[in-house]
Amino acid sequence: MKLRRTMLFMPGNNPGMIQNASILGADSVILDLEDAVSIDEKDAARMLVRNALSTLDFSGCEVVVRINSIQSDFGYDDLNVIARVKPDAILVPKATSDDIEEIDEILSIIEREEGFKLGSIKLFPLVETAIGLENIRETILASKRNIGVLLGAEDLTADMGIKRTREGNEIFYARNRVASICKAYKIDAIDTPFADVNDVEGLIEDTKRAKAIGMTGKAAINPRQIDYIHDVFSPSMEEIIYAKRVLKAKEEALKEGKGVFSLDGKMVDAPIIQRAENILLKAKLAGIIRE
Amino acid sequence: MENILGRVLPEYIEGYGEVKPFSGAFNNLGIKTKKQVSVKCVAPSEVKLVDSIKEALIKCEIKDGMTVSFHHHLRNGDYVLNMVMDEIAKMGIKDIKVAASSIFPVHAPLVEHIKNGVVTGIYANYMSGPVAEAVSRGLLKYPAIMHTHGGRARAIESGDLKIDIAFIAAPTCDEYGNINGVYGPSACGSLGYAIPDAMYAGRVVAITDNLVAYPACPIEISQEYVDFIVKVDSIGDPKGIVSGTTKITKDPVGLKIAKMATEVIEASGLLKDGFSFQTGAGGISLAVAKYVRDVMKKNGIKGSFAAGGITGYIVDMFEEGLFEALFDVQCFDLKAVESYRRNVAHQGMSASLYGNPHNKGAVVNRLDVMILGATEIDVNFNVNVTTGSDGVIMGGSGGHSDTAAGSKLAIVVTKLLKGRLPIVVDKVTTVTTPGETVDVIVTERGIAVNPRRQDLIEKLKETNLPIMTIEELKKLAENMVGTPEKIEFDDKVVAVVEYRDGTVIDVVKKVKE
Repeated sequence: MKLRRTMLFMPGNNPGMIQNASILGADSVILDLEDAVSIDEKDAARMLVRNALSTLDFSGCEVVVRINSIQSDFGYDDLNVIARVKPDAILVPKATSDDIEEIDEILSIIEREEGFKLGSIKLFPLVETAIGLENIRETILASKRNIGVLLGAEDLTADMGIKRTREGNEIFYARNRVASICKAYKIDAIDTPFADVNDVEGLIEDTKRAKAIGMTGKAAINPRQIDYIHDVFSPSMEEIIYAKRVLKAKEEALKEGKGVFSLDGKMVDAPIIQRAENILLKAKLAGIIRE
Repeated sequence: MENILGRVLPEYIEGYGEVKPFSGAFNNLGIKTKKQVSVKCVAPSEVKLVDSIKEALIKCEIKDGMTVSFHHHLRNGDYVLNMVMDEIAKMGIKDIKVAASSIFPVHAPLVEHIKNGVVTGIYANYMSGPVAEAVSRGLLKYPAIMHTHGGRARAIESGDLKIDIAFIAAPTCDEYGNINGVYGPSACGSLGYAIPDAMYAGRVVAITDNLVAYPACPIEISQEYVDFIVKVDSIGDPKGIVSGTTKITKDPVGLKIAKMATEVIEASGLLKDGFSFQTGAGGISLAVAKYVRDVMKKNGIKGSFAAGGITGYIVDMFEEGLFEALFDVQCFDLKAVESYRRNVAHQGMSASLYGNPHNKGAVVNRLDVMILGATEIDVNFNVNVTTGSDGVIMGGSGGHSDTAAGSKLAIVVTKLLKGRLPIVVDKVTTVTTPGETVDVIVTERGIAVNPRRQDLIEKLKETNLPIMTIEELKKLAENMVGTPEKIEFDDKVVAVVEYRDGTVIDVVKKVKE
């Protein structure tokens, strides 16, 4: 299990920021070659990200690179250069199943050429159009490299011709669809970033809404958003204490030879035990508990 | 000879005298004697108000070779030092020693006075800008003497630094010499650094742009110390004196360091009722206050006091009831000035009360936690805040060494790399603060604890913080940027760095051209 409570976007053309990418506390960083980089800096950013990946120590922090669409003039070059320095994953903008299939094939060739383990470079399709949202199942099934889907609400609402709001009712369906399909295929569902970096309250509410319907993490566009998102997606102390009690009760029940047992007057069954185990694993990965 | 830190020092320095080598932070205490002060008595009919700085200089019998002093409460907005020195130069006086508690870029005209022999010596606790560069280039006839804030007070009280005439920039003053810093167009709040000068100088001249009716209350420096008063149009530029507000950094790396430093404070066990705290006004240091504030609020902790240069942020914490009192040697912003004027428990303190090691106990001795900066720190935890990466003077101790020595937990917060240079090095260019008084260094990539603090190492093992040795921290930095080339120096000593007790902790040599 890999925690992806936060995926922090960073411009791929800013050496000062990339140098510190791994220490800002995000579970993943996304070095962006697409929207954050202007047309005349595409080559320079690609080189910078390549050099950063081959020289810097990103220990403990998953590194994802958002390439330009392979339908654009830059996508193939991005893929060919970046894959050779082995990022953990590639984030594919406006992903379709055809794009994902093609990228999968290219990655397999590069992995063979570079002597990397086949399939080791993972993929994140970015869902940011109505057609992308409706075809999401096919996109996920197009490659075994897919480990999560990122919902991009700004582009999606632009595509739909609807207004993006602080409350986010307009993406209620999109969030539910992404969360549900990702759960079905056991991959991560990463929520769209919250755009107003100074609205802490708005960020927390937005993150809670995403979590409530099953999104497993959230993209961030500023390091200051990380802690607030982590607070929402990390198990609370109450949850941890309860999970520990569930597992203790389970142990005792096993000793006594009981198949079914109760805690605080409520029956504990397999899903509750599973949930407790998940919470403790998450808490451990998040560094909240030591074992 | 070498001092206890292995720094090579001459036994005698021309223009300074015999060198007493630093022998440990607490090795020079015991019984000390304060100097006697001569007082020219003022009879009931005498008038203290004079027409000009020149008249004051004449009445104070200024002559070649004298030492004149200034305080730095007007910081980079100060007009007084330049006005007085220009007048002294016009009078044809030479060989003056300037004892300014700090020197800023605004004091650039001093460079001309140095070049033409009007000024031959400088005492300062901190200097930056053209004067510091001129000193580093060897333009000053005698080496500059760098004190700490507490060390300067000690030197004045003991007579090591003999001030002939003290010029006190006075934001508000009456015609009989009662001074305060809380009113007037150049209000700067506390006048803590000027107090030893007023008490021990041969003559004291107040220079004000806000002459008010007698008595000018509240009185911070009283008439009993002041010989003459001069009214001028302006003593300073308010924009350079205090900033409107002091803001917390938004730099995510700085915030991360501040957050980790706060976790170190929590783990130390000191953050409980009665907690006392000091931090600077700069980026990461002030951000530590933000996180400490959060923890204090969350856990309902009621602190004892915060000290030092006071910012609006610390005033907010005080007004929220997180501290019972503030000890203020200098106000950093308008909010602090306003609070100092209004709140009885926002207590002014002199430089001596703040950090003098040779009195009956300075406020720094009562500090639990001190947050410090560093230009360089070596593997023995010695800190340089005096010279920059090019070997040129760009600062000085200020209260750095005093608070490090006094506090129970002295934490250096810094980025591991600055401008592609590693901050942790084998040997610092200049030792400002000895490693024996520095407990922890917190950087964005790791935290190192002084091996003298095994108790703290044990406590921090219980946390998830990235604890490592300082050698590991150094290696981490060097892996990213390599090892910088050594700076080349001449043999000429351009500055003597005195520890707070008056011993010499290091010297600064002239940078090779």
